[in-house]
Amino acid sequence: MTPMPAPGLSEAATATCIILIFLVPMAAAGLTLISVGLGRTRSASHLMMSSLAAISIAGLVYFVCGFSWQGYIGRPAHILSLSGSSWNWLASEHFFFRGLELNGSPASLAALLQMFAVGVAALIPLGSGADRWRLRAICGSTVILAGWTYPLFAHWVWGGGWLAQLGVNYGLGRGFVDPGGASCIQVTGGLTALAVTWILGPRRGKYSPDGMAPAIPGHNSVLILFGCMLALIGWLGLNSAGSILFTGGETSRTVLIAMNTMLSAAAAAITAAIVTAIRFGKPDASLTANGWIAGLVASSATCAFVVPAESVVIGSIAGAVVTMAVEWFELRLEVDDPGGAVSVHAIGGIWGILALGIFARFHGTVVNVAADSLRRAPDGSAPGQLLAQLVGIATLLGFLLPLTYGLNWILNRFSAFRVPPEGEGQGMDLYELGAGAYPEFVTHTDEFLPR
Amino acid sequence: MKFLGFLLLVAGWLLVLAAIVLLPAAGLRAVFVLAGIGVEGLGLTLAIRSHLIPREDKA
Repeated sequence: MTPMPAPGLSEAATATCIILIFLVPMAAAGLTLISVGLGRTRSASHLMMSSLAAISIAGLVYFVCGFSWQGYIGRPAHILSLSGSSWNWLASEHFFFRGLELNGSPASLAALLQMFAVGVAALIPLGSGADRWRLRAICGSTVILAGWTYPLFAHWVWGGGWLAQLGVNYGLGRGFVDPGGASCIQVTGGLTALAVTWILGPRRGKYSPDGMAPAIPGHNSVLILFGCMLALIGWLGLNSAGSILFTGGETSRTVLIAMNTMLSAAAAAITAAIVTAIRFGKPDASLTANGWIAGLVASSATCAFVVPAESVVIGSIAGAVVTMAVEWFELRLEVDDPGGAVSVHAIGGIWGILALGIFARFHGTVVNVAADSLRRAPDGSAPGQLLAQLVGIATLLGFLLPLTYGLNWILNRFSAFRVPPEGEGQGMDLYELGAGAYPEFVTHTDEFLPR
Repeated sequence: MKFLGFLLLVAGWLLVLAAIVLLPAAGLRAVFVLAGIGVEGLGLTLAIRSHLIPREDKA
């Protein structure tokens, strides 16, 4: 079966898309500030430097080989024929963007968006490895993410791959649908964060033999909350541009997408604030911020295909689930994740993907190979959509998590992820960079840990 | 246990793939997809348990 050709964009749609794509780096800036704020003073500069390094390496590696694996709808790909159905499993573009006309075509816009989006995905694990993850290991792990794991899964979803084809090939709704990257960007980043956290182990003194896990609070809630506001701008661009390029959304739907994005984040933040106020007596700023981001993450999947009231429901559930998940991962599962990336991005993203299967109504053309050839229910529902979304989740957990864990585990054998104990005690800033972020403050002891 | 956990994760995913390729009936397919996700859940549980910190290493 030949993949359906990609839709053309009008000049106005192209211009809108470019403007929206230019907003995406704001998401990276926001996530960086949140990670830095949630980390400790003695690793702030290191985390900022690591973020810049991760964005740079992700962009470069994506340029070298990432796009050649990911491709775009209707472009060259490796296709297997299996029991009468075609399985598009890997793009076959040239390296270094060769053969890609950088002229505002949908493929070139997708490549531009992906250069920024892969940087966002690469930032997600940094908060989880804060205070102990070496800079050179971060760079190596980013190469794995931007060069292989991200493009591979993104091809399956956004490049006309087999997940997108589930609708045409097996009658599962419109195939796996994810306009804003809840799976490709957020869950991929979140599961990489989980793998990295497992490989690194917890921070020194995080878990005591008596079963206690003392809280190591973030050092700057102003950075965290300002990061949330910047992230909103980035997500508006990410969700809107993704919807136009990967699901064939009309530019007029940008209003609905932006509204849904904002409502989901708002509902999630307020729910997180209420839940923490009920549980701890006062609302918790860092968990509220986590709720806000979880709402944005969930909206990435659902933004284009639900009504605003449903977005509020989806965001509220995301906010409640994430506050529980943060505590659960930290206390029960002993996953020391200072930035809460696993809960926010992996759990929030999986909820978003699932929510699309539950709530989505497709009134426009959904482009992911399938779309127009499929029968449509009068109310816009797509039978089997939930199953398609479940197959996507199963792929993330059953394929992507073992793959990213295995590759990072091998990398750890060659270049140790974790700093030695003296480096951890000294702080990443001094140990790896030779200078701290706040030279006038002297806070280089384990001030929050029992002695 | 860690290896077994990841093996179960992959096995669950293969079960899901086999279900959508081999089973034409929607109901049966859904049951097997859910079963595959269940196997993945077991694998995830094992992977999580294998990463719990031994008591003597907590400090």
